[in-house]
Amino acid sequence: MGTVEHIIPLNWYIVLASFLFCIGVMGVLFRKNGIIILMCIEIMLNAVNILLVAFSAYSGNSDGQVFVFFIMVVAAAEVAVGLALLMSIYRNIGSTNIDVLNKLKW
Amino acid sequence: MTQNVLNDPTLLFLGLLIPLFPLLGFLVNGLLGKFLPKASAGWIGSGVVLASFLCVLCIFNAVSAQDVIRIDVFDWIVFSGIDISFGFSIDPLTVIMMLVVTGVGFLIHLYSIGYMHDDDGFGRFFTYLNLFIFFMLLLVMGSNYLMMFIGWEGVGLCSYLLIGFWFKKDAYNDAAQKAFVMNRIGDLGFLIAMFFLLFQFGTLDFAAIEKLVPGITSHQGLITTIALLLFIGAIGKSAQLPLYTWLPDAMAGPTPVSALIHAATMVTAGIYMIVRSNVLFAMSSVALQVILAIGVVTSVFAAIIGLKQNDIKKVLAYSTVSQLGLMFVALGLGAFTSGIFHLVTHAFFKALLFLGAGSVIHALHGEQDIRNMGGLKKLIPITYITFLLASLAISGFPLLSGFFSKDEILAHAFQQNILIWIILSISSLLTAFYMFRLVYLTFHNSFRGTDETKHHIHESPWTMTVPLVILCALSVVGGVLGLPAVFHAQHWLAGYLSNVTAGSLPYLHHPEHLSHSLEIILMSIAGAGAILMILFARHQYVTKKQLPPSDVSLTGFEKLVANKFYVDELYERFISQPVFKLSDAFGGFVDKQIVDRLVNGVGTLVDMSGKTLRLFQTGSTGFYVFAMVLGMIVLFIIRLLI
Repeated sequence: MGTVEHIIPLNWYIVLASFLFCIGVMGVLFRKNGIIILMCIEIMLNAVNILLVAFSAYSGNSDGQVFVFFIMVVAAAEVAVGLALLMSIYRNIGSTNIDVLNKLKW
Repeated sequence: MTQNVLNDPTLLFLGLLIPLFPLLGFLVNGLLGKFLPKASAGWIGSGVVLASFLCVLCIFNAVSAQDVIRIDVFDWIVFSGIDISFGFSIDPLTVIMMLVVTGVGFLIHLYSIGYMHDDDGFGRFFTYLNLFIFFMLLLVMGSNYLMMFIGWEGVGLCSYLLIGFWFKKDAYNDAAQKAFVMNRIGDLGFLIAMFFLLFQFGTLDFAAIEKLVPGITSHQGLITTIALLLFIGAIGKSAQLPLYTWLPDAMAGPTPVSALIHAATMVTAGIYMIVRSNVLFAMSSVALQVILAIGVVTSVFAAIIGLKQNDIKKVLAYSTVSQLGLMFVALGLGAFTSGIFHLVTHAFFKALLFLGAGSVIHALHGEQDIRNMGGLKKLIPITYITFLLASLAISGFPLLSGFFSKDEILAHAFQQNILIWIILSISSLLTAFYMFRLVYLTFHNSFRGTDETKHHIHESPWTMTVPLVILCALSVVGGVLGLPAVFHAQHWLAGYLSNVTAGSLPYLHHPEHLSHSLEIILMSIAGAGAILMILFARHQYVTKKQLPPSDVSLTGFEKLVANKFYVDELYERFISQPVFKLSDAFGGFVDKQIVDRLVNGVGTLVDMSGKTLRLFQTGSTGFYVFAMVLGMIVLFIIRLLI
C-alpha cells in the first residue's frame, strides 16, 4: 500500500468527484451550446472515473482501474460520434445552440 | 398358453410389405395419376391390394395358432417410463382380419374398375380406396393401441372422403360430415381409454397390457371404466345404438365403398378392437352386460327399421347395423371367436349383397328404389343368382355360411340366457323376411320402371361379375371355417384363435355345453324359421304381388318404422338444435357484447393514452435533459429510502 492513501483520506476523493459530477449536471442542464454540453458529459464521466480509481486503490483491488480504461475508450468513441453530429448540425443550421433543434416533436 | 415368436427375416419383410403395397398404390395413384392413362389407376389400385393379399397368404401359411410375429419398426414415443413403439404384431387374429381386408378388398377393387369406369373421379376413387386399405391394415396389424388408433382415425378419414366422393351434391357432403362427427364421439371414448391405460400401465402394447391386467383385479371400477370407454369407441365405429344413424346415411357413397368400408371391413373394427382387448373386457362383467344389452337392442331395432325401407342400399345398411349388433351380442356373451366367425362370414355375404345391389343400380343407371325395379331375374342372371345365395346365407338358410356363424351365437345365447335367444331369433326371422322382400321386389314379377330403362338393362362386365361369383362361393362354403361339433368336425377358427382368447378364459362364466341333440333342435328351429319367413315373403310379394305403398299413405306403427322411428329427428331436435342455440347465444351475446367490447376497450385505451402522452414530446432538448436528471434524482431518492 502506497503512502498517498495515508496522507489523503478517501472522503476527499468522494467530495471532489461529487463536485465535478454536479458541475457536469449543471452544465448539461443550463448551457445551450452543444459543445459545452458534450464537455460537461465528459466531466461527469471523469468524476466517476476518479471515484473508481480511488475506491480501487483504497480497497487494493485493481478491477476498478480496469473499468476506468473501458470508460475512457467508450467516452472517446462517444465524443467522436457526438462531435461528428454537432459538425453536421452546424453545417445545416449554422449554430450549435440546442434550443434551435426543436422541430422533432408531436 | 405358450407363444412362439417367429423371427424369420423373410416373414418380417413380408409383414412389412403388406401395408406398404397399398401405401405405394396410394402414392402412385395420388401423385402420378395425372401422368398415367386413366384406365391404369384401377389396375394399379387392384394390383397392389392383390400383392398385399399374396403376402398375407404367405404369412397365413407360416403362422400357426401359437405363433406371433413382432415387427418393431422404430421407437416412436419414449420418455419417463413410457415406451411406445411404431410396430406391428401379427397373430392369428390379425391374420384372419388381414385376409378379410385384403381378400375382400381386392375383389371390391376389381369390381370398382367396372363400376366406376365412366366416372370423372376414377383415379381419385382408387387413390382413396388404397389409402383406406393401408389404414385398415395399420388398424389390424398395430402392436399397440396407438397404432390401432392411427388406423382407426385413418379409416374414418377415408370413410369421410369416400362417402362424400360425389362432393357436388350437398346431401352427400352432409352425410360425410355426419359420419365423421358421429365417429368423433366414439373416438373420444377410445382416446380417453388410452389415457387411462397409459396412466395405469405406462404402456399401450397389447401383449404387455394383457399380461398386466390380471394384476389389477381389485380395481374393478378402473377396468370397467376403461372397457366401457373402449366400447364407446366401438359403438361409434361399428354403428351401434345410439350412434348408428351415420351408417344408413353413409350409403351416399359409391356402392363399392358401402361394400368395402360400411359392410365388410371398417365397421367391424369395433369388433376387432374388443376381441383384441378380450382379457380386459372379460374381467369386467358390467362391461360385457352393457355390450350384450346394446347388441341385442341394436340387432332387433335395426332389423325392424329394415322391414320398411325402400332404398335397396338402405335395407342393406340397416341389415349391417343389425348383424353388427349380433356380433356384439357374441362378444357380450364372452364368445369372442363366434363374433369373429360371424364377422368373417358377414364380410363375405354382405360385401356380396352390396356389390350385387351395385350391379343392379349399374344396370338400371342409378335407380335405387325397389318399387321401380322387379323382374330383373332374367335380365341380369349372374347378379340374381349370387344375390339370392347371399340373401340365403344372411337369412340363415341351412348349411350356408351365415347359418353356422349365426347359429353359434344363438347357441351361446341359449346357454346363458333364454330371453336373449328369443330376441335374437326374432331378429333373425326379421332379417330373413326383409332380405327376401328385397330379393322378390327387385328380381321377381315384372319390371316396374319405364320401357326406356328396361331397354338398356344389361349384365355387368366381367370385372364386376367375377368378384360376385368368388364372393358367392365364399358365402356358400364360408361355414367350413367353424363347423360345429355336431358335424363331428373340428371348429377350425376356434382352434386357430385359441391363443388369442386364452387369456380371458379364467374370467368367463362357462355354462354346460349343450347336448348334441339340443343343438340339432336349435339349428332346426333356426333353419325352419328362416325358410318359413322366406316362404312368407314369397307369399306376400310374389303370390299376392304386394308393393310397398308410398311413404305418405302410411299410418301408425308402419309410418313410425318407415321413418326410422324418427331417431334422426330426435337427435336434430334435442342435440343439434340446442347446440346451435348455444352457439347463437355465444356468438351473439358473449362474443359480440363481452369479448368484442373488451378487445375494443383495450384498443381505445391505448389510442387515448397515446394521444395524451405524445404531448410530452415537446422537441426542446433542455426539457428532455431536465426530465432525465429529475428522473435520476427520483430513482436515487427511492433507492435511498428503501
